[in-house]
Amino acid sequence: MQIFIYILKRILQSIPLLIIVSILSFFIIRLSPVDPLAELRLNPSVSQETLQKETERLGLDKPIIVQYGKWAKSFIKGDLGITSNGEQVSAKLKERIPNTLLLTTIVIALTWLVGIPLGVAAALNWKTPFDRILTVLTSIGMAIPSFFFAVLLLIFAVKTGWFPIGGLTSSDFLEMNFPQQVWDISHHLILPVTVLFTLSLAGLQRQMRANLLDVLDSDYVKFARAKGLSEFDVVYKHALRNAINPMITLLGFEFAGLLSGAALTEYVFQYPGLGRLILEAVLKSDINLVMASLMMGAIMLILGNLIADILLIITDPRIRVKA
Amino acid sequence: MIREIFKQLMKDKFAKIALVILGLIYLALFLADFIAPYTKDFSDRTMAYVPPSKIFIINEHGKLSMPYTYNYVRNFDSENLRITYDLDRSKKHFIKFFAKGQPYKFLGIIPMQRHLITTDPDGRLFLLGADINGRDVFSRLLFGGRISMTIGFLALFVLFPIGLLYGGIAGYFGGIVDTIMMRFAEAVMSIPSFYLLIILASILPSGMTSVQRFMLIVIILALIGWAGFARVVRGMVLSVKNQEYVQAAKSIGASRLRIIVKHILPQTASFVIVAMTLSVPSYILSESGLSFLGLGIQQPDASWGNMLKEAQEYTNIIYRPWLLTPGFLIFIAVLAFNLIGDTIRDVLDPKSKVR
Repeated sequence: MQIFIYILKRILQSIPLLIIVSILSFFIIRLSPVDPLAELRLNPSVSQETLQKETERLGLDKPIIVQYGKWAKSFIKGDLGITSNGEQVSAKLKERIPNTLLLTTIVIALTWLVGIPLGVAAALNWKTPFDRILTVLTSIGMAIPSFFFAVLLLIFAVKTGWFPIGGLTSSDFLEMNFPQQVWDISHHLILPVTVLFTLSLAGLQRQMRANLLDVLDSDYVKFARAKGLSEFDVVYKHALRNAINPMITLLGFEFAGLLSGAALTEYVFQYPGLGRLILEAVLKSDINLVMASLMMGAIMLILGNLIADILLIITDPRIRVKA
Repeated sequence: MIREIFKQLMKDKFAKIALVILGLIYLALFLADFIAPYTKDFSDRTMAYVPPSKIFIINEHGKLSMPYTYNYVRNFDSENLRITYDLDRSKKHFIKFFAKGQPYKFLGIIPMQRHLITTDPDGRLFLLGADINGRDVFSRLLFGGRISMTIGFLALFVLFPIGLLYGGIAGYFGGIVDTIMMRFAEAVMSIPSFYLLIILASILPSGMTSVQRFMLIVIILALIGWAGFARVVRGMVLSVKNQEYVQAAKSIGASRLRIIVKHILPQTASFVIVAMTLSVPSYILSESGLSFLGLGIQQPDASWGNMLKEAQEYTNIIYRPWLLTPGFLIFIAVLAFNLIGDTIRDVLDPKSKVR
């Protein structure tokens, strides 16, 4: 019961945060001297009526505060307006968000599966050659610019022909049966996942290593050793549990970093995700689309942090007591 | 403290190498006008995309000779419908050191003509090939490095005072001030940073001078990073604000701003130094990412990011791999900064075991 109250509280707390985010992004976008409907006006397939409706919906003839109010109202209703091509913004987002989520979830799962054991192994072999080699490798992983790495992998894909170049599906995707479709998507995902995986593995591995080293240094671990527990029990039953908790907090940050890192990677690989959508929208100064995808990015980030917090309550009883 | 840090840096093998590499890079960038065979804006359109110049030290008779090079000529191969680059072996161009070349102003003030390495006026010495406009990639790497390697530092010098003061005030005052200020900072942090970055960059009006654009990009980079930093500073301020020396300062009537700036913030010094060295690379990466997308530094100015823009085309990356060199330089610079940052953290925060 207590847990639910705490979770509810956390959810309620994120609402004012979202409001501030929306005000902030709205004013930043409106700072630009661009006419938000310029593209629409130039597009011959967009009718005069649609233009009139958009002007009214955005309240462009009114002061900026009123404009914000109007925007917020239609946002809550789920009406995000239309893009400069005349498409529904919400349809566009619905198409792109799952792709970005798919990419980031796979990357997070993989980094945890590989990064945590590597971090533990490095901590247990502290200052041995194994540990040092891992440190050098992670330093290199952290220093490669994601877009540059992506470009290099593209060269590799072009030269060997082992991987499809960009996109998420092949052109004959719709004619495939289900297992073929799954294979097609995973085949397209390999390269972008490799880039983001390398990018985030290093940080996770180092943090895990540092946490475990800290915990192994603490009194209760010394005590556990002193009373004659086997090394296995000391590390995996006592130390590891405490070392993992801070990593869960990091999960939220990792998600944030991935959303940002994914934008450039998606751009290079022509991956149909949210990051590339917002980039294209920015380059075309498609204001409705920019605003909506900015909000979606923020919501995803806040949700990511929320999930991390909730997981933390489940794994760490001390927080439950405090709450 | 600085001397102590430096001594420790020289003791660590990796950090020492990193320091030497960074020192060499910055020295080369400082002397860019002199080292580069060409000025930043020099272009020879007939030389678009020529490969790196081949330098010969053994002449056609098989004898040792002064180093010389041949110009490339572009030929259209009508059978394969391709442009080929062949050496024009009719005229040798000897490579000259400390010879007169294109006039330039050293550091923008002293007019000079001598270049470290150059060749005859009608010869073309493109050590790392040329780009689409027939500009020397090697020269532009040096000029572009000036922007890429300083922009991160400048952004930090804008961001850290803001973050320090913001976090200091929020932490010291506490209560409602703290709540409002921190909610705002959290909101800034809730927007994925790269999304915010490209949106801020996209509202920059076109038609600015390159200096104005450079300064505005510095400010944008600073706007992205201050919030996270302010939050950590606030945490540190909370932990020291009730200590005796702060109460002592209060009791002798020091103003609140003075207490924050003079007594509390200095306690965060070692954290600030560590955070600064560790965040330089991320700003170098942000700038290059932004310019790579075409939203950062604009042509004809060079930065490592916008030079890599040409690598977005498949034909370029496969047939003209020399256009990728800025990427390797970014990698080396970031790696070196990371190694130094790690060592500095070890020195200032001996308990930390991240490394």
